[in-house]
Amino acid sequence: MSAEAFLDVQGVTKRFGGFQALSAVSLRVRQGERFGLIGPNGSGKTTLINCISGTLRTDGGRIVFADQDITTLPAHRRTRLGIARSFQIPKPFTSMTVLQNLMIPIEYAGRGHRDGVVDEAMGILGLMGLAAKAHVPSAALTQIEMRKLELARAMAARPRLLVSDEAMAGLSSTEVDDILAILFELNQRGITIVMIEHIMRAVMRFSERIAVLDAGEKIAEGGPDEILADKRVEKAYLGE
Amino acid sequence: MGARSFGVVALAIVVAGLAVTRVLDNQYYYFAGYVVLQYVVLATAWNILGGYTGYVNFGTPAFFALGAYTAVVLIQSLKAPLAIQLVAGAIISGLLGLALGYLTLRLRGVFFSIATLALAVVLQTMFINWEYTGGARGITLVRPASAPLFGNYVQFLFVVMLGLAVLAVATAWWIERSWIGRGLTAIRDNEEAAECMGVPTLRLKLVATTVSGVLMGLAGAPFPYYVTFVEPTSVFDLNYAVNSLAMPMIGGSTTWIGPVIGAVLLGTAQQIATVTISSALNLLLVGLILVAFVILAPEGIVGLVQRLARRSGERTRRSGV
Repeated sequence: MSAEAFLDVQGVTKRFGGFQALSAVSLRVRQGERFGLIGPNGSGKTTLINCISGTLRTDGGRIVFADQDITTLPAHRRTRLGIARSFQIPKPFTSMTVLQNLMIPIEYAGRGHRDGVVDEAMGILGLMGLAAKAHVPSAALTQIEMRKLELARAMAARPRLLVSDEAMAGLSSTEVDDILAILFELNQRGITIVMIEHIMRAVMRFSERIAVLDAGEKIAEGGPDEILADKRVEKAYLGE
Repeated sequence: MGARSFGVVALAIVVAGLAVTRVLDNQYYYFAGYVVLQYVVLATAWNILGGYTGYVNFGTPAFFALGAYTAVVLIQSLKAPLAIQLVAGAIISGLLGLALGYLTLRLRGVFFSIATLALAVVLQTMFINWEYTGGARGITLVRPASAPLFGNYVQFLFVVMLGLAVLAVATAWWIERSWIGRGLTAIRDNEEAAECMGVPTLRLKLVATTVSGVLMGLAGAPFPYYVTFVEPTSVFDLNYAVNSLAMPMIGGSTTWIGPVIGAVLLGTAQQIATVTISSALNLLLVGLILVAFVILAPEGIVGLVQRLARRSGERTRRSGV
C-alpha cells in the first residue's frame, strides 16, 4: 500500500441533470491523516462524500481506496472495505434501540466475527458517552445524542476511514468540544478521518490539511494557516 | 418464543387440525376455515415485504392468481397431483417476486406500490386472453372425489392449507430472528443508512420479494381444487390485495403474530358477515376496521397490547413507590 494516498479521488465529476455538482475534483488523503473538507453551502461537499461512500455513482473520474479501485462498488461493499460515514441529518434506525443500531454494522460490516458483539457495541457506546442510553429507543434521543449515535454506528463498522459529515452542526460550543474530543480519540486509534464542517474553529483545530470546494471545484488545499491566508477562499466565503 | 416452544405449538396446531377432521362433519366449517387459513398465509407473506421491509405491495392478487393458474395448467395438461401443483405454484410466483424485485429496484415508497398494482392488472389482462385456462369465461375443474387417508377432499385441502399456514408463519418467525430480518428492518427504517452500514440492501430486498411471492403462490395453488371454478375476476379480486394489507396492519406489522391475529379475526368476521348479512359487505367491513385502526392504533393490536402493558407496568411501579 502506498503511504502517499490512502484515499485517492481522481478527477471525480457528478452532474444532476444540467447542474454540474462536481467538476473533476481530485484529492488525496494519507493514512492516519485528519483531513478537513470545507466550502460554502451548495459547493458539493456532501455530493463528494456521497460519491466516496457509494450512495451516488460518479459520472467521471476514479476513486481508489487502499490501492483498490472502488469507483463502481456498491456502498455496502465499500463499508466492508473500511469506509464508514455519518450523515449530516442523522438517519438512525428508528424502530431499534441505540444498541441495536450498532448491531447492524457490527453484524453486516464487521467482517465475519460473531462472539462478543454486544461487548464491542457497548465499548463504542462507552467511548461516545452513550452507554447509559444503550437500551433507549433511538427515536427518543436528543439532537447531540443522535449525532453521537451517528458516529458510534459508523465506528461499529470498524472503519479504516471515517467520513464525518457535519457532525457538529447546530450544537453548542461545549458539545462541539465533546465531538471533537471523540474524533481526536478515534484518530489516535489509527483511523483516518475526513471531516466536513461549517464550524471553522473546529475544522481549523482538527485538520492537518484542508481542501476547499466552491461551486463543485476544488479551489484550495493545504494546512489550516495556508487556507486562512488564501485569497480565493476568502472570496468564496465573503464575495468580492 | 423460543425455537422449541414455537415448534411444539406449530405441531400441536397441525395435530389439532387433523383431529378436527375426525370429529367435525359439517362441510361448511372446512370451507370457511380454509379461507381464513389462506388469509393467514397471504397476510404473513405480505408482511415479510410490507411489514418487515416497508415496501407496500398492492399486487397480492397477481401472485395468488399466478399460483392458482399454475395449478390449473398442470391439472389441464398433466392431471398433476396437488403436491406438484404446490411446488410449481411456489416456484412460478417466487420467480415473479424475483422479477418484480429486479424491475422495481430503483422505485421506492408509493412508486413501488403503483408498480405492484400495475403488475396485477397486466397479469389479469393476460389470463383474460389466454384460452387454454378458460379466458374470461373461466374454467371448471373436477376435484378428485377423495384423498387418501382423508376420504373427503375438502377436509384434505383444509389440512393442507393449515400446513401451509404453519409453514408461512414459521418462515416469518425465522426471518424475524435472523440476520436477514435485522437487515430488512434496517432497510425499512432507513435504506440509505442501511446500505452505508454494510447491509446489501438490493440482495435482501430480492430475498423479501421472492419469499413473499413463493408463499403467496403456495396460497393460490390449491385454490382451483377448492372452488372447482377459476375465472380471472375472482382470483384477481381486490379482496386479496386489501385483505393481505389490512390484516397485518390491524394485527400489527412488526412481528410474525400480528398478521396471524389480523387474519384470524378479520377473516372470521368476514366469514360470519358473508353468512349472516351479505358477501358484498366484506370489503366495507375491512375498510371501516382499517380506518379505525389507522387512526386509533396505528401499530395494530400487537402494538396496542404492548403499549397498554407498558403503561400498566409503569402504573404498578409508581403505586409501589
